[in-house]
Amino acid sequence: MNALPCTIYVSFAGALLALLAGSRSATLARVVALATAVTALVMTLVAAVHFVPAAGLQTLVDRPWVDSLGVRYHLAVDGISLTLLVLTGIAATAGVLFSWNIGERTGEFFALFLALIGGVYGVFLSADAFVFFVFYEIAIVPKYFLVARWGSTNREYGAMKLVLYSFAGSALVLAGLLWAYAAGGGKSFAVSDLAAAAVHFSRLQQLGMFGLVFLGFAVLAGMFPFHTWAPTGHVAAPTAASMLLAGVVMKLGAYGCLRVALPLFPVGFAYWQPVIGWLAVAGIVYAGVIALVQDDFKFVIGYSSVSHMGFVLLGLAAANVRSVSGAVLQMFSHGIIAGLLFAVVGRMVYERTHTRKLADLRKMALYRRLPFAAGVFVVAGLASMGLPGFSGFPAEFAILIGTWKTSPLWAAIAALGVLVAAAFTLRVIQVSFFGTVTATTEGPELPPLPPITLAERAGALLLIATTTLIGLKPDLLLDWIVPSLQSPMFQSVLKGGGS
Amino acid sequence: MTAGGTTLASALAGEAALVAGALAVLAFDLTGARNWAAGARWRAATTLGGVAVLVALTLVWRVGAAGPAAGGSFMLDALGTASRAGILVLAGLTLALTNGARRLRHPAEFVALVLLATTGLLVMAVAQQLLLAFLALELASLSLYVLAGFDRTRPESAEAGLKYFLLGGLSAAFLLFGFSLLYGLTGSIEFTGIAAGLAQPGLSPLLAVALVMILAAFGFKVAAAPFHLWAPDVYEGAPPVAAALVASASKLAGFTLLVRLLWPGLGAVAAGSGLPGWLPVVALISAASLLLGNFGALAQSNLRRLLAYSAIAHAGALLLGVMAAGAAGPGPLFYYAATYGLATVGAFGVVTVLDQAGVGPGITDLAGLHRRSPLLAGCLLVFVLSLAGIPPLAGFVGKFLVFAAALRLGGLHSPAGVLAFAAIFLSAVALYYYLGVLKAALVTATTPDQETRITVPVPAAVTLVAAALLLLLLGLWPSALLGLFS
Repeated sequence: MNALPCTIYVSFAGALLALLAGSRSATLARVVALATAVTALVMTLVAAVHFVPAAGLQTLVDRPWVDSLGVRYHLAVDGISLTLLVLTGIAATAGVLFSWNIGERTGEFFALFLALIGGVYGVFLSADAFVFFVFYEIAIVPKYFLVARWGSTNREYGAMKLVLYSFAGSALVLAGLLWAYAAGGGKSFAVSDLAAAAVHFSRLQQLGMFGLVFLGFAVLAGMFPFHTWAPTGHVAAPTAASMLLAGVVMKLGAYGCLRVALPLFPVGFAYWQPVIGWLAVAGIVYAGVIALVQDDFKFVIGYSSVSHMGFVLLGLAAANVRSVSGAVLQMFSHGIIAGLLFAVVGRMVYERTHTRKLADLRKMALYRRLPFAAGVFVVAGLASMGLPGFSGFPAEFAILIGTWKTSPLWAAIAALGVLVAAAFTLRVIQVSFFGTVTATTEGPELPPLPPITLAERAGALLLIATTTLIGLKPDLLLDWIVPSLQSPMFQSVLKGGGS
Repeated sequence: MTAGGTTLASALAGEAALVAGALAVLAFDLTGARNWAAGARWRAATTLGGVAVLVALTLVWRVGAAGPAAGGSFMLDALGTASRAGILVLAGLTLALTNGARRLRHPAEFVALVLLATTGLLVMAVAQQLLLAFLALELASLSLYVLAGFDRTRPESAEAGLKYFLLGGLSAAFLLFGFSLLYGLTGSIEFTGIAAGLAQPGLSPLLAVALVMILAAFGFKVAAAPFHLWAPDVYEGAPPVAAALVASASKLAGFTLLVRLLWPGLGAVAAGSGLPGWLPVVALISAASLLLGNFGALAQSNLRRLLAYSAIAHAGALLLGVMAAGAAGPGPLFYYAATYGLATVGAFGVVTVLDQAGVGPGITDLAGLHRRSPLLAGCLLVFVLSLAGIPPLAGFVGKFLVFAAALRLGGLHSPAGVLAFAAIFLSAVALYYYLGVLKAALVTATTPDQETRITVPVPAAVTLVAAALLLLLLGLWPSALLGLFS
């Protein structure tokens, strides 16, 4: 349990080591990065084994930091954060495996990658709003360099857009938090203290503060109509960064909404709830429809992420125990599945065919030339559609059931979104891998593509195993998540709804 | 020596050490080092100067917060000690960077002027009396004017010096006018006496004139809009080391004096009782600086001019700290000003080394810096991110402290609160231009003529790394500085 804070330090130390190792040999940098990611993953898994689910946060570290502000370096964990810590560990490990082939400035790449991971671990462990914000902003800058330096298609534009949206979002969060801190007398940044002070705020203050903080976080979670950075950014990013950005970093936004915005300002939330719900529903359907008409393979995945994150926000907006536990499960599930999808598109296919145009891929008969990639993509696609047996199913199902109790209309429209997701996923599977099944069996033999490497196989199997495991036994995570939602912090916003 | 003389001597021991150092540098260069090569003369001058700064730092630290001295002319308090130490550290870093700069003629004069300017800045940080404040300000300013025009091989430097001098002279006239009105209105030149005088009812409307004059002069000193016009030209034209001093230590001293003058001295007329007070004026200057600095920086293609506009934007945020200092104390303001100074000295240090290597002045000339000198690129990353206010660097904590203090003044109902919000949102604009610099240095691929490696002289390298580490450490342990004020 007490090893969890070390995930942060190990990641930052690993970043430094990878930087130093990179100046000697690229392979050494890769090994350092893999060792770091695996060490942190093992730490989270060991902590998970010893974790005793309970309502409320279990403190890991708590010591004074900035006395004049009343800031304490307070790290704590509950079932929700533990779920996301495990996700981070798995996604980081898979990310390193899928970027094994990075040959240019390898050390710097992995240093930035691990620094980003360290920031993410920090966010998920923070119990003090100041600490939370510090780690949240630490995670912003590495994204820029990862995308701008190692990305593709329009990378500098995509990187700048991604980072400015994130930073503008974090500026909103900072404004809202400082406002709450000042209005609460400026004694403490602990989330629990801020929540206690917020009870006495006027209705108008609650509306304003919740609006700022929630919107700030929701930008990073890809809430419609502030989602446009996500497809451009994730398409421009190198594979490992896309996996991490869509898979984990977007979750920081949703986690901030759940951990900070909702418990702090229940009155503000009650006012904005319908708006959030409708925006979430709109995002699910809109992004799904857009994904249906993309002609770039990676953009399909980029928009599908926005659509799936819409489910997370919908789960939060519905605000009952079932829908929110579904939302957390969906954060985990989407983290794994989006990672898998981006891995296939960015690493397995694009770096071998050098095209992402569906029209070109259609002619390539990839199912025969890259059978492993085709197999992985079919599995990932089925998981992404929410088929039973994969983690997406229990997650989206719980969200829809929970949402039905709050607003049957939202649930109905969101269910339509599931159909759209099935449509664009099947379309892209068909076009990209099985495009010209009949034609090429007759036609000339195409040159072989470089085979799938061991690192890619390992990464893909890790992710597939995870999504299947959780799909078959979602209680592994729900047994952590649901008790956490019983804490008084969440009870002020969540209505019953059973578990 | 009388008792008063002894306390005065001990209070000003640090300043005395600097003046002695300046004379020693000049004397040694005229005698012992007379026939040495230019490089050796520079090293000798900067080493002597560095020793003087270290001695002064020790002396200033030993004096500590002893309370008012010399009949109330000086105030030796926590702010004074912290600020003097900060000024000396920044001046010391500036001197150390001189070893990485393009060689100018007259090393001893350059170093002596840096020491004299620092002497003036130190007195500014503890002055508690109008006349002394003015003299200190002038000592510092006149030295800085000469330093700005010190590079006689470049017409830009002469232009910078002249522009700085002319506008600075004008602002000094404003300041003197404002001070004399203040004296006429209150019958005292000591801040405590002025405060007592202003507490009386029935003030003359001339006070408003005095306030505007004084704030305009300080607005010039700290490069706040709309008195900022000199800044881009001086930052661009002056030798980078001189610009570093103007941008860092001089700013810290200016803000220390300003906050001393405004809060203990003119605090009674902050919000205005019947008369317009100075808070709204400071709020206006702050708003103008934030807007003009951030949006002006967007259009810059020259790194030094960009740093100048960023300095204007930071002056706006620092003025927020001045407004909040009445309630929150000078801690947040000092922390912000000191760490901003550190990041700026670092950024100008990188500019200095680049200038000596013939790289610049455009931002696009930085392309490929990560290959040509990973050290410079890494240091630039730290300095620029600290200026942008990204954690865990000190710039973030400074921003956070000042905005929190400003919002605590009265939430969103006070001008300070609204300005804090504006500053927070403008920081997203700022990130755009800071990332533009970093993009050039760390992302953009090199062209063939940008392939040669840049060698960084060892003293400059050590200085840059030290400044970068200091920014990181102060960001991780802000209480190290803030503890001085509790």
